[in-house]
Amino acid sequence: MAENNKTVATVEHTPSGEHASGFPPFNSQTFPSQLIWLALSFILLYVLMSKLALPRIGSILEEREKHIEGDIAAADRLKKQSDEAIAAYEKALADARANAQAIAAETRSKQLAESEAMRKKLEDQLSARLAEAEKTIAKTKEAAMSNVRGIAVDTAKAIVERLIGTSPADAAVAGAVTDALKR
Amino acid sequence: MADPIHQFQIVNLIPIAHVGGSEIAFTNSAAFMVVIAGGLTAFLLGATSKRRLVPSRLQSAAELSYEFVASTIRGTAGTEGMRFFPFVFTIFMFVLAANMIGIIPYTFTVTSHIIVTAALAITVFLVVLIYGLWSHGFHFFNLFIPKGVPIYILPLIVAIEILSFMSRPISHSVRLFANMLAGHITLQVFAAFIILMSAHGILGWTGAVLPFAMIVILMALEALVAFLQAYVFAILTCIYLNDAIHPGH
Repeated sequence: MAENNKTVATVEHTPSGEHASGFPPFNSQTFPSQLIWLALSFILLYVLMSKLALPRIGSILEEREKHIEGDIAAADRLKKQSDEAIAAYEKALADARANAQAIAAETRSKQLAESEAMRKKLEDQLSARLAEAEKTIAKTKEAAMSNVRGIAVDTAKAIVERLIGTSPADAAVAGAVTDALKR
Repeated sequence: MADPIHQFQIVNLIPIAHVGGSEIAFTNSAAFMVVIAGGLTAFLLGATSKRRLVPSRLQSAAELSYEFVASTIRGTAGTEGMRFFPFVFTIFMFVLAANMIGIIPYTFTVTSHIIVTAALAITVFLVVLIYGLWSHGFHFFNLFIPKGVPIYILPLIVAIEILSFMSRPISHSVRLFANMLAGHITLQVFAAFIILMSAHGILGWTGAVLPFAMIVILMALEALVAFLQAYVFAILTCIYLNDAIHPGH
């Protein structure tokens, strides 16, 4: 394997055989070829990297970053929108609740006032009728009382007539009854 | 056959020209360099060709490599270091691919040659030096004058700083080269044990299980080292570039 037929640089250029078995990395005969090909391939690689590959990868990374930033911004915007919607909804809810309470309070006070008014009216009516009834009672009582006096005078006159046989004077009887009623 | 050095042999595949006393040829090393450059380009461009918003696995891998290098630079050299992003990215991916391909048996490891790692390290060194001088002028040399050092030991400190600055490309390149070299030699040695032992009948076959298990473990270790050394090479590049960008410590 070592003795292949390819020309070994060291063998070709050093007539004395002992250098051929020297340490290859220190064989200066091979340096010019290595340097030239290193320069060529390195410069070629450098140009290809700096002009083609690296700008392309850089732009890909930049694009991705921009895309991600755009997405994050859009997400932020949407979140803000949803927050606003939630706030609006809550405000509407609070408004509606306040409205409902106001309506309830108004209705309650209206009904209270109405019932109060009705009660007053009824009370007034009742008290009027009561007063009227009391008046009627008083009148009736008075009439009854005056009737009682008449009956008493008549009865007294009749009793006296029976007892003594003569009818006493009306004035005397009336005076006596009045005196008796006063006692 | 079991020569552990053989895997590092440079083989001329296509001779191209003679310049001075040395020959220029398309070698096995060159072939792997071209494969690395081509493979990386095909991977990174192919994986991202559809520009998916939600990446596929391959595209994800390509993006991962991009973001990994980018965050390494930002972490060590700041945002201003990003102007060297293509440079650091190319270095990291080139070294990583070279190291990773090298783990595959029968392949050639480009970064196991000191001349390659030294060339890369010197390139980094020169970029740091030239950019530092170009953007900061003479103030770049403030790098060698740490703040808050008493004046009587300053000359010594400056001398040490300069020495450490000059020796950077050496440590930078030898670290990668030596790691790759040592790892591959170790693998080869254990592989040679298997062949040696299995030549001795059934007992040898049973015994060869041990070095084989060792190779399995070492393969995992080498994969880690391959990544780690590429990362270390790249992060040192970033740290050195940081000196060029902010020389005032």
